[in-house]
Amino acid sequence: MSELKPVKGKIFTLPFFILLILSVIAIPFIVKRFMYGLGAVSNLSDGYPWGMWIVYDVVTGTAIACGGYAMAILVYIFNKGQYHPLVRSALLASMFGYTLASVSIFFDVGRYWQMYNIFLPWYSNTNSVMFEVAACIATYVLVMWLEFSPAFFEKPGQEKTLKKINSAMFIFIALGVLLPTMHQSSLGSLMIIAGDKLSGLWQTDFLPLLFLISAIMMGFGMVIFESMFSSVHLERPLEKSLLSKLSGVIPKLLIVFLIIRFGDLIFKGKLGLIFSFNFQSLMFVIENLLFIYPLIILSSKEKKDQSKYLFLSAASLVLAGAVYRFDTFLVGFNPGVNFHYFPSFAEIMITVGIISVEIMAYLIFIKTLPVLPDVKHA
Amino acid sequence: MKVDRRNFLKVLSAGAVTAAVPDNVFARAKKDVPPDAVGILYDSTLCIGCKNCEMACQRYNKLTAQPSDSNNRDFDPYTFALNKIQIYRNGDKTDKESENKYNFFKKACMHCVDPNCVSACPASALTKDEESGIVSWNSDACIGCRYCQVACPYSIPKFEYGAAFPEIIKCEMCQHVQVKGKIPGCCDFCPTGASVFGKFSDILQEAKNRLALPEKSNYNYPVGDLIGKRSKNNPVEKYINYVYGEKEGGGTQYLILSAVPFENLGLPKLPDYSNAAKTEGIQHTLYKGMIAPIVLFAGLAFTTYKTAKAEDEKGE
Ligand code: SF4
Ligand code: SF4
Repeated sequence: MSELKPVKGKIFTLPFFILLILSVIAIPFIVKRFMYGLGAVSNLSDGYPWGMWIVYDVVTGTAIACGGYAMAILVYIFNKGQYHPLVRSALLASMFGYTLASVSIFFDVGRYWQMYNIFLPWYSNTNSVMFEVAACIATYVLVMWLEFSPAFFEKPGQEKTLKKINSAMFIFIALGVLLPTMHQSSLGSLMIIAGDKLSGLWQTDFLPLLFLISAIMMGFGMVIFESMFSSVHLERPLEKSLLSKLSGVIPKLLIVFLIIRFGDLIFKGKLGLIFSFNFQSLMFVIENLLFIYPLIILSSKEKKDQSKYLFLSAASLVLAGAVYRFDTFLVGFNPGVNFHYFPSFAEIMITVGIISVEIMAYLIFIKTLPVLPDVKHA
Repeated sequence: MKVDRRNFLKVLSAGAVTAAVPDNVFARAKKDVPPDAVGILYDSTLCIGCKNCEMACQRYNKLTAQPSDSNNRDFDPYTFALNKIQIYRNGDKTDKESENKYNFFKKACMHCVDPNCVSACPASALTKDEESGIVSWNSDACIGCRYCQVACPYSIPKFEYGAAFPEIIKCEMCQHVQVKGKIPGCCDFCPTGASVFGKFSDILQEAKNRLALPEKSNYNYPVGDLIGKRSKNNPVEKYINYVYGEKEGGGTQYLILSAVPFENLGLPKLPDYSNAAKTEGIQHTLYKGMIAPIVLFAGLAFTTYKTAKAEDEKGE
């Protein structure tokens, strides 16, 4: 196993400054939101109570941050006895993805000053899907920080603490697989209660299963990205064995996903909605083409081993999952006459700011802590 | 679009049947109307669109107008009051109650028997009273996540998007005056008896009695409540033979009668069970006694423990 080392180089690079500026732009909007309410910065309304922040930052963002989850499934469950050098960097990316999603919930929730109510036993509503999602995500963020914590102690003089943490590590890792399985599926269940306000193209009792499968696929897509990134930027050889395993698993998941998706539509007689030639049917087609593209590429023997196609498949897969989430929460959602939603400039800038903070934190961590494999060991 | 009454009912029941067969296999049991449930019967054939109910609502609930709060005032029942008179227009608008003319509808919380909003709320801020069945909101509990707005099939709960310290606003059937023995403002001030208050079993019976009345006969419509102190004689319109709310989404305590198709009033077609029953059914099947998660966790912990140990031995 190769050593994990802080990446050499300055923290304050040009890209870092650009990110810094982007995150500073968000600050006045955030201040405005807290002074004058959600309506002052967002296009949210009584018809569209959830917009960009919930749908991107939380629902999509945490699915994109499933790289750590996907990696854990691969390495610890399917690949016994073989730690992978990219486990920790995938975990770090997920940790920031989820942590920042939790922060953005704080901006979105209207009565944030009593948000802890969810966790007070006399207020908790265990019938609520939202409760399940909130409890799971909060615990998972904690678990990820614990799982990552050895990185802080891997230095001389801290061996004792490190050993203690590591002896409990298998519990954190197991929780790290269990919790996303629970909340990524529940993120789909959230919309079941909306009933016919959600178009028949997306509304189904299988939402939890479809959300779970697509989150795992998005996580695999992110693992492919991360491994390619490390091969290009850290001059490591491409992780051939990992990648070929992934390109074998992904098509199988895609087939299961598409069979449930279309089987359900056919069974309920809703497939005809594809031909309504409106924005919803257009988005449905785009979404599914994005799912089908990686299936075709990865099923082709000669293409699936070329990095270019692998990269395109991973990109398509992640994008497909993202579009599927936007469709289920926004495009397919119709609360009734005269309501429209498109994110405002301020909403977008706050999200951009959050993403920037996320990347900056990632960069700082990989440059100060042992996260990525050392280059010269390659 | 011309929809006659029989077609509408056919569509309505077909919707309910197809929805009921494959769709609610997981649903938990339906809920019953609470024993001392109260309710409101709104008979749109009597409504003259005078908006006395809206004004009474403002007064009873001490509401101030917040017109800037909504980006859709036509649709927003709470711009000024907790109920809202809406107009359905069609054809030449000269003749009330007939298919292609105009009609009024009073939009307000339906006080569902098995409310989606109560099931959805993560902080138990929305609760249904076990006796009266009134669905009310608790400001000390609410976190402002707005899941109730997503979940309500009628898009009833409103949120103060223009406030730094916003609240959820919804009709609570004037329970603060009911405890003093008075009836909800909208019913008390309705001059024609279009909105009447009463025990749920009584208003349901009243609704069914009205459907049985011969068209154009005269009927003494109770005004205010069903006790019968006040009434107004009116000719009977050609009702659609259906009580909206008796079954919709598991039933509601706000019942509606109409002479024009209910969908023209903006009322959704709903299956006869609540989506809350379905969601809770699915969640509780998956998480029953937390058995599945615990088993999964045990399996995962065992596997990772073995993996980690194997790795340690290799490393040493
Ligand atoms: S109509 Fe909406 S707000 Fe009223 S009880 Fe039913 S679900 Fe709740
Ligand atoms: S906004 Fe308040 S009342 Fe509505 S679901 Fe969220 S916590 Fe409950």
